[in-house]
Amino acid sequence: MIKIENVSMSFGDKKVLDNINLEIKDGETLAIIGGSGSGKSTLLRLMIGLSRPTAGKIWLGDKDIAHMSEKELDKIRLHMGMVFQYSALFDSMTVGDNVAFGLREHTDYSDEKIAEIVREKLEVVGLPGTEDMMPGELSGGMKKRVSLARAIAFGPEIIFYDEPSSGLDPIMTDKIDELIISTQKKLGVTSVVVTHDMDSAIHIADRIAMIYEGRLIAVDAVDKFRRIEDPRVRAFLRGLYIGKEA
Amino acid sequence: MFVRFLEIIGASVLELLYFIGDVMLLFIGAVKQMPVKIRPGHVIRQMSHLGVDTLPIVSLTMMFTGMVMTLQVANEFVKMGAESTVGGIIAIAIGRELGPVLVGVVAAGRVGSAMTAEISTMKVTEQIDALRVMGTNPLGYLVVPRMLACMIMVPLLTVYGDVIGVFGGWCVAKMYAGISSHVYVNSIPEYAVLNDMTGGLVKAVVFGVVIAVLGCYYGMKAPEGAEGVGKATTRSVVSAIIVIFMLNVLLSMVLY
Repeated sequence: MIKIENVSMSFGDKKVLDNINLEIKDGETLAIIGGSGSGKSTLLRLMIGLSRPTAGKIWLGDKDIAHMSEKELDKIRLHMGMVFQYSALFDSMTVGDNVAFGLREHTDYSDEKIAEIVREKLEVVGLPGTEDMMPGELSGGMKKRVSLARAIAFGPEIIFYDEPSSGLDPIMTDKIDELIISTQKKLGVTSVVVTHDMDSAIHIADRIAMIYEGRLIAVDAVDKFRRIEDPRVRAFLRGLYIGKEA
Repeated sequence: MFVRFLEIIGASVLELLYFIGDVMLLFIGAVKQMPVKIRPGHVIRQMSHLGVDTLPIVSLTMMFTGMVMTLQVANEFVKMGAESTVGGIIAIAIGRELGPVLVGVVAAGRVGSAMTAEISTMKVTEQIDALRVMGTNPLGYLVVPRMLACMIMVPLLTVYGDVIGVFGGWCVAKMYAGISSHVYVNSIPEYAVLNDMTGGLVKAVVFGVVIAVLGCYYGMKAPEGAEGVGKATTRSVVSAIIVIFMLNVLLSMVLY
């Protein structure tokens, strides 16, 4: 379970997150939605320890990762995977080497075993036989899928997705959504998806949380979330501009 | 007016101290990562980049430097009847100062800039975050192999550059100043001692560390965007060259 307790985050004088409290249960898929600059990606970075909050605690089980050393965090991160907004594949390595990266760094598996795991993970994401391709040869959707294969290669318990449908056409967006759902079902992982795509959020999530100007203004199961009367939530659901956001 | 002037001076000093502190933290962090895991494959790849990228330009730089040095001193020394010292003087100047400094400057321009560009692009495209997310320390993965490669290759290139520089001097001494090969070559062991070269190699190791640490530092601190990558690359080269010249004075005082 991930528990975010009174978390605030500032960059200089600018408060990006303001007293966030949120719990994510084991095995659920939580979508965090919000407009551009609302602080949702910052919250994701805090959950994986890429940034530290200015106040508050982030519990992963019984461990507070907000106040952990980088060395301790490295061990915790082996149980997490992340799919980055722009995939973040290592462009000097082949697809196979990208997927094998964590295994080569942190296990003493034989080359044959690693190749077998890579082949299996690439099949899971629907890209069999692409081991020798370079990231530059892949489309945006394929890169996202390789990024997912890399994230699941080490057998994580939690997968974080940062804007998984960003920059993709509607068909590819749907494919990625299906992949997120099937990965969750197959591996039983906890998934946290940051997105501004409301359709995707409704499609993939068990619960939806909405961040507005750095504050968590709503969190509920998908069906209940769609009936929330808060005008800011309603505006986001309908894609309406409500004055304050740029 | 005077207060404003003091504020500007104070801010500049603080900025410089922050910079030195930041660079030292990166250096210490990288040194701490060395015992954790050395990646020989990465070190060799970086060494090969460094060698291939800089060998031609080191050859040309050192050849012409040896030639022009001899051009300036040979005629005067011949007039004074001191032609038997030319080879030794050239060897000492190149071994102690010109070899390590010029190879350092060439490597900073050729390799330090490439390191900054590569690492800053990795930063902008979230590849460094991806390393961290996969439990891999970026200092151990990116900085350590580059630092080790520079610490090994800059001295090796310096030895090569010293030989080429002395050879360039011989070409001019023989063909322009009429000094025989025998006199030129014999004067080298007569005047130059081993310490002239080993001192130069110590400098080269230090310059190698400077090039790698500053190249990686500016890469990791690069601002977002293509302009940020360009600025970081320029700053990395300029800083490395300035630091090399400054450290050269200090090291010369200590070593000789």
